[in-house]
Amino acid sequence: MVWDALTLQLGYNATLVTLGAALLGMAAGATGTFLFLGKRALVSDAISHATLPGVALAFVAMVALGGDGRALPGLLAGSALSAAVGLLCVSALTNRTRLSEDAAIGAVLSVFFGFGIVLLTVIQSMSSGRQAGLESFLLGSTAGMLRQDAVVIASGGAIVLLLVAALRRPMTMVAFDRVFAASLGVNVPRVELAMMGLALAITVVGLKVVGLILIVALLIIPAVAARFWTDRVGRVVILAGVIGGLSGYAGAAFSATAPALPTGPIIVLVSFALFTLSLFAAPNRGVLAAVLKHQRFRARVHERQGLLALAQRQPIYEGLTLRLMQRRGLIRADGVATELGQAQAAQALRDERRWQVLRSNPAYEEAAASYDGLTPLDDVLTPDQLGALDRELRPKGVS
Amino acid sequence: MTVKVVTTEAEREDRDALAASPLAVRGLTVSYGEKPAVFSLDATFQQGAMTAIIGPNGAGKSTMLKAALGIIKPVSGRVTAWGEALEKMRARIAYVPQRASVDWDFPARVLDVVLMGQYRDLGLLGRIRTKHIQAALHCLERVGMDGFADRQIGQLSGGQQQRVFLARALAQDADLYLLDEPFAGVDAATETAIISVLKDLRGLGKTVVAVHHDLSTVTEYFDRVFVISTSKIAEGSVADAFTRANLQEAYGGRLATAQMGALG
Repeated sequence: MVWDALTLQLGYNATLVTLGAALLGMAAGATGTFLFLGKRALVSDAISHATLPGVALAFVAMVALGGDGRALPGLLAGSALSAAVGLLCVSALTNRTRLSEDAAIGAVLSVFFGFGIVLLTVIQSMSSGRQAGLESFLLGSTAGMLRQDAVVIASGGAIVLLLVAALRRPMTMVAFDRVFAASLGVNVPRVELAMMGLALAITVVGLKVVGLILIVALLIIPAVAARFWTDRVGRVVILAGVIGGLSGYAGAAFSATAPALPTGPIIVLVSFALFTLSLFAAPNRGVLAAVLKHQRFRARVHERQGLLALAQRQPIYEGLTLRLMQRRGLIRADGVATELGQAQAAQALRDERRWQVLRSNPAYEEAAASYDGLTPLDDVLTPDQLGALDRELRPKGVS
Repeated sequence: MTVKVVTTEAEREDRDALAASPLAVRGLTVSYGEKPAVFSLDATFQQGAMTAIIGPNGAGKSTMLKAALGIIKPVSGRVTAWGEALEKMRARIAYVPQRASVDWDFPARVLDVVLMGQYRDLGLLGRIRTKHIQAALHCLERVGMDGFADRQIGQLSGGQQQRVFLARALAQDADLYLLDEPFAGVDAATETAIISVLKDLRGLGKTVVAVHHDLSTVTEYFDRVFVISTSKIAEGSVADAFTRANLQEAYGGRLATAQMGALG
């Protein structure tokens, strides 16, 4: 059953929903990258929670006008309106009062959400017959989703994706260095507004599938996960899109096999799995890589210190140093230097002496800046420069 | 403060001064909250000169630059570049912010940062072509950072970060260069590299204005000074305006005798 879902064999509607969720995830991952890099990630949480009163009021309005309260476009329009009001509140509180942005987010998020829940409760008690399943907007559900709903979601995702591609340059500039961007004449507030507008669009479009409580995860987790793998902003955006897309796809497919299961949490769990994988397995920035790198570094430090101690006939006390040097065949089990150890110790000492001369000579100031106790001087200077340095060493009678 | 009585004659004179100046401000007041950070500044930076903006901490040096560039909105005041509205002249102005103002863990290579200097040329969707990359690499060479293009910016030392920022400004190929504390916390090699680039720019007839902290190097590096402490204390050539009296007025008791010694 799960395999059928993942290979899109659960029927036309389920397939459409799954593809829509994948597109939505891609757009969310790409958009979220700019929020994350601009350190505005939590604003999206305020936006998403602020959608709830809009959903409820739109339902009431549509019913009052004699229409179908569950019509998705109407509900989405309502949610977009109230999310925009919420966003305006956050920015007004931040810009016009002394409140910091996180406090403003907390206030707006809770008040709008609370108001929405009250409205929802009232609606449920009033029109029990027309129970619209509005609570599915909290955690998302693909169950009973109509074909046109899926089309709305897919095309919304595609449009946001195109806009992100078009605005990537100013958004990158503003996220990295807003002051410089402003000095170029980039309208920074407008770029930020566009960024928030895209997050708002993702939230609204994703309301049905992911739900308003967890949409923030689809915006942020893919970007955070992608950041582990690469140091280039364009690649972070693309990778976040892929991770978001996979999460949306797998989440929607799984939830199609168990209609009682809300979709949002499943999508979040899938993206969390990808995040965990990135956290540990990514080269360079990943946890495992960092541990390995640190161990290699520590070994270099101990070996170098050990060699210098050998050369200067000082005792070595640290167990780790002794173990490492023995393993490399630099000393014997009884702590006496081997031939290899003596040779390398002499080399290390000569290197250290060369550094000393170099660092006391102002002419080598630039090279001296790269001294860290570990780097051999051969890596820093050309052979000619080394020769010149050695000529300075000799008169002082250092062998 | 003298009260300014504007006659048509004086107006005409000022208009000529503005037209000749790459950057001039009149009556510039900027405030964070109720307390002005800079108050009613008049400044006329001179074409082809290197000017240091000096003054104590919190004197409004950086604020003045940011407001002149429209990065912060002033409470009042007028800014002109070559006698025209600033917006028209942006393409000819390059700005180097304080390097501590950005997060250097941002996912970008050195080359990517320098390419940002060509944003106006690239536009929203313009493709980055070989000529853009060549230009960026050349700018890195000028600041002594050739070979660093592919380096992740998080791996740079403070001095290297500052040079990358300078290279980004060079990539703008501007006529006026505004720098906010370009020598703050950099190593001696970087300081030498930066000052030689700036002097080269002056040699090409460009204008350089830098917020500067180190009074001991003012005479060596700059032609002119603008002394500020919330309001303008003095403006002029180093010989005329970089005087003990002016510094005493700007720094008050904060001016160490050692720094005064630098004046000779």
